[in-house]
Amino acid sequence: MSLIHWFLQVLAAIGASVTALLASVGRISIFFGQTVAHLVRPPFYLKEFGQSLLTIGYFSLPVVGLTTLFTGGALALQIFAGGSRFNAEAVVPSIVAIGMVRELGPVLAGLMVAGRVAASIAAELGTMKVTEQIDALVTLSTHPMKYLTVPRVLAATLVMPVLVLVGDTIGILGGFLVGTTSLGFNPAAYIDNTVDFLETWDVVSGLIKAAVFGFIVALMGCYHGMNSGRGAQGVGRATTNAVVSASILILAANFILTQLFFAA
Amino acid sequence: MSTMIKLSGVHKSFGDNHVLRGVDLEITKGESMVIIGGSGTGKSVLLKSVLGLETPEKGSISVDGQPADQGDRDAFLARFGMLFQGGALFDSLSVWQNVAFRLLRGRLKKPKDEARAIAVEKLRRVGLQERVADLYPAELSGGMQKRVGLARAIAAEPEIIFFDEPTTGLDPIMAGVINELIREIVVEMGATAMTITHDMSSVRAIADQVAMIHDGVIQWTGPVKKMEKSGDPFMDQFLHGRAEGPIEAVR
Repeated sequence: MSLIHWFLQVLAAIGASVTALLASVGRISIFFGQTVAHLVRPPFYLKEFGQSLLTIGYFSLPVVGLTTLFTGGALALQIFAGGSRFNAEAVVPSIVAIGMVRELGPVLAGLMVAGRVAASIAAELGTMKVTEQIDALVTLSTHPMKYLTVPRVLAATLVMPVLVLVGDTIGILGGFLVGTTSLGFNPAAYIDNTVDFLETWDVVSGLIKAAVFGFIVALMGCYHGMNSGRGAQGVGRATTNAVVSASILILAANFILTQLFFAA
Repeated sequence: MSTMIKLSGVHKSFGDNHVLRGVDLEITKGESMVIIGGSGTGKSVLLKSVLGLETPEKGSISVDGQPADQGDRDAFLARFGMLFQGGALFDSLSVWQNVAFRLLRGRLKKPKDEARAIAVEKLRRVGLQERVADLYPAELSGGMQKRVGLARAIAAEPEIIFFDEPTTGLDPIMAGVINELIREIVVEMGATAMTITHDMSSVRAIADQVAMIHDGVIQWTGPVKKMEKSGDPFMDQFLHGRAEGPIEAVR
């Protein structure tokens, strides 16, 4: 009897978790739909959009730049070490370039921006909710989705490809620096190898991924911020949830997009 | 005098917590109604329900004869001004941009210079100097933030003004100043006012009418002059701050 009781309790716990998960998915889907609906309907708050471009894009440049620089360098070392087992050291420039623009550039930039921007948006909007600033917006005839969510989501979606393009370039530069200073590559030959093997679609596919990741980061930041619980603990939890959910969704979206773009 | 705000049988719950259990209340045009009651009795929920920030499960709310949940939402909200408990000033905007928020966007949009001039004038009305206009909310004291919140509430000359705990967190002198300002402004503008508070000095300074909410319903309502001799045990206990009575004190 007690074993059955225990089994039922386990089943109930699993059921409650699944229900909570599905409810979250439902709420996020509704929030997504509302965001898209407000994206295409006026009024548009250009000043807030401009500010978001600056805070999400420009101020993320150092983080993304440093991350991709070191990753590009490490990638060159790894490919050289791995390639030397098959006498294929010469592939370092092309593999660094393809790896950066297709995969590492967008994913690493996405994850770094998720840590920086999703957290900051969630904390800002969460605090606004707790201090009734969001209610105040409504009483001042301003829709919070239009004023807070749309500018951030639009800015992140548009600026992430630019960030990734810069990150890709810096990452390739990192590989170039390591290749030419430590691995004995001729600088001109390294650049030739990089350019010759890189195709337009490699770059474009990475930029499409970046736009999707930007959308995810801002959407998760706004969703968790606007639905933050009360007090410092509520805002803290919203911030953590924003970063965790954005990171997981970026990795899941990356797999789906890679499958879509490159699976023959 | 005609009725400006009318609530009939308003119910609102949060899970198992039945906050409003059938609130009936009428506020006459141009009058100042103060709703009193203990913490957690649903005063804020009641106020937010009128504005549509909370959606009641049952009952009806009308403003000037029109159902509050129908019609043009922007036009509806344009009739209201609200002073929030903590001020709810936007941290990222300067004081004058907070005050002129409504005048810088939407259907009431005015040129920037004109909006700033109105903001400065409203700040002066609540006793703040022009130099405050370019400061940010974080640079202001609690009393100054309340005044800025008040200036923002009246910036677009609304017909109805809501005050949510206007003196909470202020020292008695500053609370007196804010109460006086509220009374002056409401009379001067001829606005209908709805204030929620548990500060009895605010009630005496601001109210024409008083309503006492407890257990999710209005227990007593009447003119402020009759409040002291209401004969209602709930009102009596609250007024005199007694631990014994029909309102259970959580110890």
